[in-house]
Amino acid sequence: MVEKLAAIDVQKIREDFPILKRQINGKPLIYFDNAATSQKPNIVIETVDKYYRQYNANIHRGIHKLAEEATLAYEETREKVAKFINAKRTEEMIFVRNATEAINLVTWTWGRANVGERDKIVLTIMEHHSDIVPWQLLAQEKGAEIEFIKTGDDGLLRQDEIHSLIDSRTKIVCVCQASNVLGTINPVKEIARVAHRNGALLLVDGAQSAPHMRVDVRDIDCDFMAISGHKMMAPTGIGVLYGKREHLERMPPFQGGGEMIKEVHTSGPLLKDLPYKYEAGTPDIGGSIGLGAAIDYLNKIGMQNVHEHEKDITRYALGRMSEVKGLVTYGPKDVEHRVGVIAFNLGDIHAHDLASIMDEEGIAIRSGHHCAQPLMEFLDIPAASRASFYIYNTKEEVDVFIKALEKARKLFNL
Amino acid sequence: MSSDIYKEIILDYYRNPRNFGDLPNPDVRVKDSNPLCGDVVEMQLKIRDGKVEDLRFKGNGCAISQASASMLTEVVKGKTLEEVKALGKPDVLSLLGIDPGPTRIKCALLGLKVIKLGVYGYLGQAITEEVKQLV
Repeated sequence: MVEKLAAIDVQKIREDFPILKRQINGKPLIYFDNAATSQKPNIVIETVDKYYRQYNANIHRGIHKLAEEATLAYEETREKVAKFINAKRTEEMIFVRNATEAINLVTWTWGRANVGERDKIVLTIMEHHSDIVPWQLLAQEKGAEIEFIKTGDDGLLRQDEIHSLIDSRTKIVCVCQASNVLGTINPVKEIARVAHRNGALLLVDGAQSAPHMRVDVRDIDCDFMAISGHKMMAPTGIGVLYGKREHLERMPPFQGGGEMIKEVHTSGPLLKDLPYKYEAGTPDIGGSIGLGAAIDYLNKIGMQNVHEHEKDITRYALGRMSEVKGLVTYGPKDVEHRVGVIAFNLGDIHAHDLASIMDEEGIAIRSGHHCAQPLMEFLDIPAASRASFYIYNTKEEVDVFIKALEKARKLFNL
Repeated sequence: MSSDIYKEIILDYYRNPRNFGDLPNPDVRVKDSNPLCGDVVEMQLKIRDGKVEDLRFKGNGCAISQASASMLTEVVKGKTLEEVKALGKPDVLSLLGIDPGPTRIKCALLGLKVIKLGVYGYLGQAITEEVKQLV
């Protein structure tokens, strides 16, 4: 699929986001915390609003008109997500709460059925806690081992470790497609080949990639992918697990309850087919419908355009930040290898102090360990600040941000 | 929060912390962290005749957490254990000279919480709700 690169009008896009009109401490909001959660365009807010005002109903079992409309809208999103990540089949999309729940679904079902004593799970040092802790819990229970692929000085995963750590004992490899701290875009397609050659599966954490670039699960050939809706303009509470049908069919169910059964008798349940087997209980119907609207919105802009805009702004920000004395950034220097996430430290100013000073200027950045403590330990830093961009951010905002950094330097007598 | 809080005095305590380091043979060694942002403070206390004879702190975290911990060590030195138990949020705020606001107040109170944990622990008394809720 070739996408046409159109010149995008960021000012016009900004009009779609009501929150961007807010003033913080008397200054226009500059929202640079997109890796934590994105802002929502009017169309998403209105679509969710319309669902609750006009056709709120529980899905699937209802015969009445409202239930029919709600079911249709809910299932339409499944098709939209499948197309968005180029999956082969709609039933390979499982609705969950977020990427964290998607990964937990895999550890609780596939993991508990397939990982045993002395088996290996290979992660990377830049994984988010959501792609570490579920595997640690599984490994502790099963007596399995975990190894971490580390990064080199260039902020990229070490090639030698990709090839040496993934071996015949490895059952699964779990890699974020884009890091929420370093911004690094990882070679997931190559890692899939190495994993499969060794008889292992590949789970890709797509939380930081799917909102910002074109993601193609068939091209990557990953076995699972985890996605969070709220980082891609949808409401909080909705996420997706993609899994190859061959795995999803064989895996045991996750939670039990309504929606996931064909029949229940005192002797036991008869499970539904995919994808419902993994969707027990009433799901986040409104959230799912909102996710559908978010995907439509992103498609209208074009994911290639989103990616190019963020590369442009990241290149500009990295350049301007390199002029700030005492400022250190982490991750690859080349924007071809990273998404719009820049973690940094400024002199001996602690990240929380820096975030407070930024907040006073109306700038929202994140500070702390970014749910990536193993990476922080590996980099040997207690904390970092992080600016992360989206399609609605501008170079003018970066200029204000740089001014605020200079103000922080002055306050701390750097 | 206003960045006025980063006035000279806090920066001075952040960069040149008083009573920083280790005590030889402390009677109490206690450490806690702010779960919200990971600031860590450890206190070591030497106690004699019901008084804090000497103390040291160490840790890592933001300027507010480290400076207020350091300032507190100066206040607490020489105080009776009962006096330390009576210290509260207003005492820390008056040390800082400014209210850091609802989010950062936890950073400011971490040092006090750790000292109080140490005192209650030394006395073998149950930790009060007031102490638990400081951070």
